[in-house]
Amino acid sequence: MRPLIAPLALCAALLAPMTSALADDAPITIVIKDHMFTPAEVKVPANKRVTLLVDNQDATSEEFESAELKVEKIVGGRKQIKVSFGPLKPGKYPFFGEFHEATAKGVVIAE
Amino acid sequence: MLASLIIVFREVLEAGLIIGIVMAATKGVVGRGRWVAIGIGAGIVGSCVVAWFADAISGMFADTGQEMFNACVLLVAVVMLAWHNAWMAQHGREMARDMAAVGRAVSNGEQSLAALAVVIGVAVLREGAEVVLFLTGILASEEGGLTTVLAGGLGGVALGALMSTLMYVGLLRIPTRHLFRVTTWLLTLLAAGMAATAMSFLAQAGVLESGGTILWDSSWILRDKSVLGQALHVLIGYTDRPTEAQLAAYVATVLAILALTRVAGGGGKPALADRRVANPAE
Repeated sequence: MRPLIAPLALCAALLAPMTSALADDAPITIVIKDHMFTPAEVKVPANKRVTLLVDNQDATSEEFESAELKVEKIVGGRKQIKVSFGPLKPGKYPFFGEFHEATAKGVVIAE
Repeated sequence: MLASLIIVFREVLEAGLIIGIVMAATKGVVGRGRWVAIGIGAGIVGSCVVAWFADAISGMFADTGQEMFNACVLLVAVVMLAWHNAWMAQHGREMARDMAAVGRAVSNGEQSLAALAVVIGVAVLREGAEVVLFLTGILASEEGGLTTVLAGGLGGVALGALMSTLMYVGLLRIPTRHLFRVTTWLLTLLAAGMAATAMSFLAQAGVLESGGTILWDSSWILRDKSVLGQALHVLIGYTDRPTEAQLAAYVATVLAILALTRVAGGGGKPALADRRVANPAE
């Protein structure tokens, strides 16, 4: 593992300043409970970068994923993550929880 | 239980296929088993460490730590693959002609094997950390249990190992004369696919703002999350919804590695001389 640390640190250090412009206005929150998303339908503005706060209230981990939004991100049990995507064209963008695909489904509606 | 097995399998599939390709690409090289084992072992240990610090990592860089970590780890693998291919361009000719000579080139080969061990290590690390988080999540919840974790974890990993073996055995059906040319191409395209995936994570992190337009959608033919789709993702870098930035990174990586191998393999005569020295019996 040791040979990895230096390039990773360098890589992170180079890229770090570029992430500063990310902070958005208050994010829309999606709660995961009993392996389901609430709300399961999320309206977001089109043509604008959007940040969702995913609040996992289950003890199990979940992977928030959407091929349409080109997003995949793990959220641990009883943890929160922020997921950013867009700018989106108006339309419907399904997402799901990869670890509980049968129940964890939702859709982002950009308008 | 079956669901957890399938999820673990899906996560380990990519790393498994990469290990299969690396094993084929290093056929006949002395000490490769040890390096591959080191790569896998370090990847598993790293997975646990990353999973343990998942929250801290996730919170870095304005909550884009997870994306940045994935992108960085992928780019490290791309560099290592490029390095390996450059090394192969210098020494590959000897290997293809005379497998016995390869063992004598081991002092040089170790560096290249170390590079490939890093590639395996980061592949295991990236997916492994997700498996650890998934399984520990089940352990922590009341609904699950140790049996689910053990059956899902071991079963999924066993299936992944099976796919790894199939990939290896399949590649070895290629005649030795052509094997290294094929694996060199596969590793080049693997690197290109990884570079493209890294772009996807950088875009997700908001670091890469341009080139986000999706060029085409072939998910109706083949989803890149399916087993075949993932196999093609590892083999040729298949993605069902590539963005402009992903395609650009893919093409740039292929061109860069081709240029690098051309430069590294440029001295055809020294390679021949090497071979003479390396194999005086000839």
